[in-house]
Amino acid sequence: MSSSSKLEYLTYLGNVVLALIAGLALGAIIISWGGYDPVAAYRGLFETSLNLADPYYLAMTLSYATPMMLTALTFAISARAGVFNIGAEGQVFMGALGAIIIASMKLPDALYLPLALLMGILMGALWGFIAGLFKVLRGVNEVVVTIMLNWIAFWIVEYARIYVYYDPYRPEKTISMPRSGVLPVLMPGSELTASFIIALLVTILIYLIMWRTRLGYSMRVVGIGLKTARYAGINPWITMLNVFVLGGVVSGLAGVLEICGRPPTYAITTGASNLAGLGFSGISVSLLGLNHPIFIIPAAIIIGALNAGSRGMQIRAGVPLEMVKAVQGLIVIALAVPGFTYMWRKWRIRRALRGETSA
Amino acid sequence: MPEQGLILDIVTQSTWAMTPILLATLGEIFAERSGVVNIGLEGIMLLSAFTAVAIADKTVNPWLGVLAAVAMGAFIGAIHAFITVYLKGNHIISGIGINMFATGFVAYGIEVVWGVRGYYNPRYEAKVPRMPGLGISPLFLASMLLVILFYIVIYRTDYGLKVRACGENPEAADVVGIPVEKTQFIATIIGAAVTGLAGAVLSIDWLATITKELPAGRGFIALALVNFANWNPIYALGGSFLFGSLWTLTEYLKNIESAKALIPLPLINTIPYIATLLVVAGLIGKSRPPAFTGTPYQREQA
Repeated sequence: MSSSSKLEYLTYLGNVVLALIAGLALGAIIISWGGYDPVAAYRGLFETSLNLADPYYLAMTLSYATPMMLTALTFAISARAGVFNIGAEGQVFMGALGAIIIASMKLPDALYLPLALLMGILMGALWGFIAGLFKVLRGVNEVVVTIMLNWIAFWIVEYARIYVYYDPYRPEKTISMPRSGVLPVLMPGSELTASFIIALLVTILIYLIMWRTRLGYSMRVVGIGLKTARYAGINPWITMLNVFVLGGVVSGLAGVLEICGRPPTYAITTGASNLAGLGFSGISVSLLGLNHPIFIIPAAIIIGALNAGSRGMQIRAGVPLEMVKAVQGLIVIALAVPGFTYMWRKWRIRRALRGETSA
Repeated sequence: MPEQGLILDIVTQSTWAMTPILLATLGEIFAERSGVVNIGLEGIMLLSAFTAVAIADKTVNPWLGVLAAVAMGAFIGAIHAFITVYLKGNHIISGIGINMFATGFVAYGIEVVWGVRGYYNPRYEAKVPRMPGLGISPLFLASMLLVILFYIVIYRTDYGLKVRACGENPEAADVVGIPVEKTQFIATIIGAAVTGLAGAVLSIDWLATITKELPAGRGFIALALVNFANWNPIYALGGSFLFGSLWTLTEYLKNIESAKALIPLPLINTIPYIATLLVVAGLIGKSRPPAFTGTPYQREQA
């Protein structure tokens, strides 16, 4: 890393910290508006998430961070290529559905996990590929396409949950992944499983792909500009398709891991409630992590803590847990602001100009 | 003839279903004409829908609810405009944030204000009354008037020319003395206020309920329609009617046993979204966005 880019990352990091503070501070105002005590709320939130004295809560935070790390990668890859793929939500749904399809089959024990991974990733990739086709062949705004695909995926999963893969004994969920297809729990009693390690490895893998391979290089060049890409001998359209497919792969994986690696249900619950929001939370994780795979890891832990602690906040301070989603939105809005470094620079230029005219 | 009654019924229903989409499309057309993209339409609709229910239910006056929805839209629009126009922030990221905030805040707000989880239905007196004799919503008529108004403003007034100039070539606009930032700021607020009206249509007029999923993607369908309409309010009317009737037909299909036997209910729900994809995919290339829309205008500095 050159010293100038190091400085750039440092100023970005400053912006990230400011955005976090702004989001939590505005959140406190909203908590007070609701008639609750913001101090008690945040204490409840962080004592049941980032509590260093209690490994159970830390494990829960990491288990919440796991899928968001992957959905963040979907957004980060696209952002690096200059587009906004907000289709992780639907790709998670499709990935989870793929795992449930495998769970419904009669298979030798050893095959459940590998086939679930394969099927889920393929279905996630397919969903990304469709989005990519609309973007590349028809030039349709990717935001519109991916949101429409999210809704279509949601209703397909609802259909599958109600009509095909319902659990005859428990109407609130689909059939579960058989025990032989489930990932080992890392900390007994918590929801932390080996899926966290898989997500970590995949995040590092995506970093290597983006910065150490031709494929990733071409994606980043396309992000600089389509003309630049053509001059560099890169086919921007093939590259763009790769961006959407790779995004679908990681989010599809996130969906599989929520089925094979998330106790206690190992299934899709009513209204896909255990999957809903993972894709959108990934966007905030990615933005918080400067759309960089490595920084996404701590960012996922921060947003994971917000989600993991939301229940503790509700129990201890009575604040409805959806509040943390509002805070997440506020953080994203704050991250859209280029930051105080920009404003400071602008103020200095203005002052300099004023100095010139008055002189 | 029962068929005639059915067709009339579908048309009446469509006037309802099209209104929120049309209003959001009009608002976004105006903002994008000035050069600001706001993908937070969905979130603005939702926040305004919530505000409308809260105020109308409390004051037992639907018109105060409508007013509050418009004000909420303008307020969120002002935040988006401030970030994108003055602070040169990223239009898309700000919009994504608005949408996320809205979902979280409304789910939270429903519990705070009414002490219930999930959804709340406003009392009957809080609903916007129908036009006597016609059975349609006065807000539908208002949206028709807004189509004409926006068309005239955009194409036939000095102000509209200035707005378009900011979206097409902000530098040239700046050179001839148009205050680019101020024009964009105000256009974005107007656009968001009209989108806020769409929220009121959803929550205290047509559907008369509030949930965190109330807009159900309509904000994004509007975003697609902006493109479909080639940034022209009159075409937006046609596009919205198309989608409004499609939405209505979808609801009718759900009540027909033979249709339900053929396509299961959850899959019927995908129709508006698939149709949106097909429509935008079929028409892109024939429309052209304002050249500088979505790009922060940076004045050259010495």
